[in-house]
Amino acid sequence: MLVGSGPGGLQLSYSLSRMGIDHAVLSEDPAPGGMFRRWPVFQRMLSWTKPFTGVPHTSRMYERYDWNSLVPDDDAHRAVMPALMDGTSYFPSRPEMQKGLETFAERTGIHIRYGCRWESTKAIPSSARGGGQGGGQEFVLTTSDGEYRAQVVVFAVGVAQPYRPPILGLDAVPHYGDFRPVESYKDHRVFIVGKQNSGFEIATGLLPWARQLVLASPGATKLSVNTHTLVGVRARYVQPYEDAALAGGVIILDTTIEEVRKDGAGFLVKTRNATDGRELAMVADDVIAATGFVSPLRDLPALGVATFGQSRLPAQTPFWESAAIPGIFFAGTITQGAAGLKKHGIPSNSGAVQGYRYNARVLARHLAETHFGVRTPRPQLKPAEVVPYLLNELSRGPELWHQRSYLTRVIQLDRDRGITDEGILPLAHFIDTGGPDAVAVALESNGQGDPYPAVYLRKAGVVSEHLLAPHPLLDFSGTDYERQLGEILDPVLSPSASPA
Amino acid sequence: MAVRDDVVNTIAAFSLFADLTGPQLEEVAHLFDETFFGDGERILRQGVSGSGFYIILEGTAAIRVNGVDRTSLKAGDYFGEISCLLGEVPVADIVAATPLRCLVLPAAQLEGFLTAHPKVMYRLLQGEARKLKNTTKWLS
Repeated sequence: MLVGSGPGGLQLSYSLSRMGIDHAVLSEDPAPGGMFRRWPVFQRMLSWTKPFTGVPHTSRMYERYDWNSLVPDDDAHRAVMPALMDGTSYFPSRPEMQKGLETFAERTGIHIRYGCRWESTKAIPSSARGGGQGGGQEFVLTTSDGEYRAQVVVFAVGVAQPYRPPILGLDAVPHYGDFRPVESYKDHRVFIVGKQNSGFEIATGLLPWARQLVLASPGATKLSVNTHTLVGVRARYVQPYEDAALAGGVIILDTTIEEVRKDGAGFLVKTRNATDGRELAMVADDVIAATGFVSPLRDLPALGVATFGQSRLPAQTPFWESAAIPGIFFAGTITQGAAGLKKHGIPSNSGAVQGYRYNARVLARHLAETHFGVRTPRPQLKPAEVVPYLLNELSRGPELWHQRSYLTRVIQLDRDRGITDEGILPLAHFIDTGGPDAVAVALESNGQGDPYPAVYLRKAGVVSEHLLAPHPLLDFSGTDYERQLGEILDPVLSPSASPA
Repeated sequence: MAVRDDVVNTIAAFSLFADLTGPQLEEVAHLFDETFFGDGERILRQGVSGSGFYIILEGTAAIRVNGVDRTSLKAGDYFGEISCLLGEVPVADIVAATPLRCLVLPAAQLEGFLTAHPKVMYRLLQGEARKLKNTTKWLS
């Protein structure tokens, strides 16, 4: 059972079908697209699809440059997005994104029961007909269209339910999702609570309309161009920041908001500075809560699903299974709740399409192998092929580029079965789970310079980490890298290496 | 991951933050990320780079050296500061002994945080002195 028809649900349904796994998909929406059927409010995506790359659109390697298409296993359905964008921007418009998702669903024959609302969830002892492993229970989903039963349920229900922090009076102001047509803010003083992308998106759109814009929250603004990650305000929305820096009229405050009070036709907002404790009160015609979103998990927390953080994300294992209730899995942007190693504090891209589309594919294979008795092929490699293959994946493999320090390419070096490509796996799973001699490669970033390859070698059950240098052209296929990787792998690849 | 809004109340009771005002506690809550680990999951990994400074909000964790559990940590305790301060990989695993909720700050931000909050730095120093004293006692 899969709930949700946004990009995460579509990708998982597609990948499950390719594994031959029968499943049902329910969605309360009337059509595919999830959040992108409405948002972003200014109708343009933050993720790009670069049309000209020197790589054919029909190749897997093109996915590195196309953050918005879902990822098929066959070339015929690749790169849906660049073909339907109008060329005016490398950020697709929201309608183009919606069209892309609809097109993928239609072309690949994804079948969804639309207009079927998941209402509640029960766990009951597994019935005798079961063949699955694990907890010995199954789940009953009550929906607007009757009851559904399954041993494995996957929720891909997004993180788009408006959230307001408990600030006095904030519950009475509109949220990001309630934004009115821009004209209605003409000559208004607008106070935006929140300094994340949603707040800066609104501020950017209001620059030509508002009389004054104030953005306020306790934490300092981070910019993605400084963090070298998706953490922080994206370049597209930095204009209000420049306006504030050049004293043009936008005001950006690092401050606690103590109260929002209705005052005549407008609002009075009371703030207090963390550093000097100074109080500041401001009058505004409009206050907008750009204060984030939570995951609409309905009764899952009552069932025992542990959640954490402001977004109330479910805590998950490296394979996106609830850390508390086995058998409940997640797909789509909710998978950011499986943080992985989060090296140097940098999150994965599991919150975004270009990251979670690969999580869904890895999850489909994991479910197929652990719950449905499917064994997917492991291609064999010759010893001399290992180094060039891994360096090519590090230079061009889209899974490694989009999910740094999170997804990894694993090669198993088993004496009896030979050298096998185990495919893409969660890096945390590889490092924390024992097994035969193997090597895993990932791309990593430390938030400062360029990304660099990381090699994790498992020999006799012990994992060692080896970091390689970055390359100014991001190409790791040269002789220097061949030599370095060769030296790291020598203890397990050379004919004289001792068996594990 | 941004923190849950009740985190300010939780950390107000921790000795590390005993000298901070309400708005300063909120600032701390916005600077740190919240993270969750299932029972048995590793948080710090011996020999693996890129870890951070962790403060336990809920649950307990074990310090595991070469596979042997040495001691346990509870809410209000912190770990990872040694590898952050020295810029080296952790010399022990930290493993969740129950479901574990933590605050985390990346290593690169610890210096800026501590120098901006000298009282927190002093409390951390007291904590390190206590650890050193215990180790010295144990060795003697």
